[in-house]
Amino acid sequence: MAHQQIDTFATDLSPEVQEAVHANSAAGTEKRFDVLATDFGDPNPLRKLAGAIKQHTIENLDQYLAQAETQLAKHGVKVHFAVTKEDACQSVLAILQAADATKVVKSKSMISEEILLNDFLGANGVTSVETDLGEYIIQIDHDHPSHIVKPILHKNRRDIARSFEREGLGDYNDDPETITRRARTFLRQKYLEADAAITGANFIVAETGRMVIVTNEGNSRFCLAGSRVHIALVGIEKLVPSDRDLGVMLNLLGRSATGQQLTVYTEFISGPAHGDQPSGPKEMHVIFVDNGRVETLASDCREILRCIRCGACMNVCPVYRQASGHAYRSVYPGPLGAVLSPLLVGKKFPELADLPKASSLCGACNEVCPVDIPIPDLLLRLRNRAKQEHLPSPGTPPMAPFALLASSPILWRTAMKAGAAMNVIPHGMIPVPALQDWLKLRTLPAWRGGKFRTWLKDRRKNH
Amino acid sequence: MESTAPRATGRRVQLMATCLCDAFYDDVAVATVEVLEHLGCEIEFPENQTCCGQPAFNSGDWDASRKVMRHALDVFPGDVPIVIPSGSCAAMCFHGAPLEFEKEPDLPRINAFARRAWELSDFIVNGLGVTSWPGRFDARIAFHRACHTRGTGSGEASLQLLRSIKGLEVLPFGEAEQCCGFGGTFSVSFPHISASMGRLKLDHALHDAPDYLVSGDMSCLMHLGGLSEKESRRIETRHLAQILRDALHSA
Repeated sequence: MAHQQIDTFATDLSPEVQEAVHANSAAGTEKRFDVLATDFGDPNPLRKLAGAIKQHTIENLDQYLAQAETQLAKHGVKVHFAVTKEDACQSVLAILQAADATKVVKSKSMISEEILLNDFLGANGVTSVETDLGEYIIQIDHDHPSHIVKPILHKNRRDIARSFEREGLGDYNDDPETITRRARTFLRQKYLEADAAITGANFIVAETGRMVIVTNEGNSRFCLAGSRVHIALVGIEKLVPSDRDLGVMLNLLGRSATGQQLTVYTEFISGPAHGDQPSGPKEMHVIFVDNGRVETLASDCREILRCIRCGACMNVCPVYRQASGHAYRSVYPGPLGAVLSPLLVGKKFPELADLPKASSLCGACNEVCPVDIPIPDLLLRLRNRAKQEHLPSPGTPPMAPFALLASSPILWRTAMKAGAAMNVIPHGMIPVPALQDWLKLRTLPAWRGGKFRTWLKDRRKNH
Repeated sequence: MESTAPRATGRRVQLMATCLCDAFYDDVAVATVEVLEHLGCEIEFPENQTCCGQPAFNSGDWDASRKVMRHALDVFPGDVPIVIPSGSCAAMCFHGAPLEFEKEPDLPRINAFARRAWELSDFIVNGLGVTSWPGRFDARIAFHRACHTRGTGSGEASLQLLRSIKGLEVLPFGEAEQCCGFGGTFSVSFPHISASMGRLKLDHALHDAPDYLVSGDMSCLMHLGGLSEKESRRIETRHLAQILRDALHSA
C-alpha cells in the first residue's frame, strides 16, 4: 500500500544523516530541559504568559503594526510592507539599487529563505554572502537549511571539511576550530567590502520601535558595522507590544532554542546612525512581510503565528528525528512547519496537505513550546481541512465504514464475534491493506472480541 | 480539560471498556472491573458502547468521528464518572471531542460528557483520592507513559500507585518522554517512522531487562509488543490495571 511521502523520505535517508539529525536534536531537547528546570523549576507559567502575550499581539496585529510603523519612522527607519514574496524581493532590490549597493552581507533570516532572496539577488547582479556559519555552509553547498536554528543539523564535520576543501578554503581539515577560523578569515573580508547588510529580526517592539536581533556568532553586528545600508526583513507576526515583554520572550527564546540562558549577542537597534548614535548604517529599512500570514491569521490555526522560531518543537519531535528537516519540502520543518508551511502557501495547500499527517500526535511539541502553541490541535484541524477538501491521504484507511459500525451496537457486537475468524484465517490472506501494513512490521494479538462482555454477563448472573 | 467546571466523581461509575479491550484485551477490561470493585465502585457497563471515535478524529474525518461520538453520548447518559482504561480514549473524550464539536450545536452536551471522562489511574488518585495500592507484585517493570496523558494527572498518578505496591520496582529509562510511535493510523501510513520510533522506545525501555513493560494504554503496548515479537525480542506487556489487580490477588 502507498505510504506518506515523508515516510518514504525517512526510509531512504542515509543512516549517517539520520544519526546526525537524531543526535543533534536530542541533545537540544536535553539542554533545554536542564536549563529551564534549573532556572525556573516549572517553566509552564512562563510559557503560558508568553503564549498569552503573543496571542494578544496577533489578535491586535493591525493596531500594533501601525504603532510599530509610527515608532520606527520616528527613529528614521523607512518602513515598507510586502504582500507576496515577489514584492519582498523587489522591495529589497529597489532599496539596494537606490543606494547603489551591489555587495551584500546577510545575517541568518528564515524569511529570506521563504522569499528565495539569495537566488533573486544573484539573478539581479547582487552578490549576497551568508555570514552565519551554518548558513554559509548551506550557501556554498547549494543546500537548504534542515532546521530553523541549526541549519546544518543534518551535516557532520566531515561533510563540512569536504565543502571547505572544495571551495578553496584550505586543505581537508575537520577540526571544528580550524573550520571556524577559516570561515572567519574569509567572512571578515566580506564584511569590509559590503555595501549593505540584510538581517531578519527576532522581535520588534510596537511601543518603542526597538528591534531585537539575537545571534551566537556576532555576525549580525559585523554585518551592520561595515555597511551603509541595513535592510531588515520581518514577518508581520514578529511584534511584541512593549519593551517589558522582551524580558519574558528573551528568557524563553535562548533556553528553548539552544539551552542557553541568553544568546551570546542580543542587539537592540533603534534606527540608523544619528547624532547620539554616530556608528552603524546611515540608512535603515524594515520590510514587513505578509507572504500568507494574513490568511493564516484569518484561519482557525492562527495560534501558529505566536511562534518565536526557537526550534524546540523540531528538536523534541520523534518524527523530525527520524525524517530530518528536508522531508518537509518547505522552509519550516518539524511540527512548526507541518502547521505553518501548508498555511503560508495559500491556494497551494493541497501540495503540502500531507505535512500535518506526519505526527503521531504525541504532544511533545506543545509541551516544549515557549509560547504554548497547541500544535497537535492545529495538526488535527489541518487534517480535517484536507479531508473536507477531498485530498488524498495515502495509507490512511477510510473511516466511513468504521463510523457506521461504531454507531450501530448490533453491527458492532456482530463484528466483535465475527472477528474471531481472524484467528483461523492466515493473516496474509485478509485483504485489508492497513492490516497488511501492520503485519509487515508487527504481530497482531489473538482476536478475543466479545469475551469481556460474556465474562461480565456470566459474573452478574452468578453474583 | 477544556471546561473549568469541576469533574464528575464518586463511586457510582460507568465503564468505557474501549474498542481495543473489546476486540483483543478482555483481561484488561476484567482487571479494570476488579480494580474498581476493590475500590467500592458500583459499575455500570452500557452494553451498546462501541468506540470513542478517535481513529476517525485523528485521521481528519471529523464527520465520521462525530457520528461515533454522538453515539457515545447516547450510550453514556447521566452525570456519573466514565472510567476508561486508556489515556488516549480518555483524552479523546475530554479534549478531542470538544475540539471537533467546537462549531456544533451539541457542544454543551459534549462539554458535560467531557467532564465525566477519566483515565483509570487519574480517576483512582485524583478522582477518588486513593494514593497507594495494597498487595504485592514482585517484579521490575518499565512504565511507558502514554503520550495522550501529557498535561494530565495520569502519568504521575500511575507511577504513584505502582511505586506504592510492595515488591514492585519501577525502572527509569532514557528518553522517557518520547512517543512509542503508534499514533493510530500513523502506524500504517508512516510504517517506517512508526517502527523506528518503536525500536528506539524498546531500546530504552528494555535496557535494564525489566520483567514487564507496563502502560495505561493498550494501543502503545499492542504496537510495542507486536514489534518486539516480530523481531524476536520478547517482552511481556501488561496494562496498569492488570498489575493493580494482580497485586490485590497476592494480598
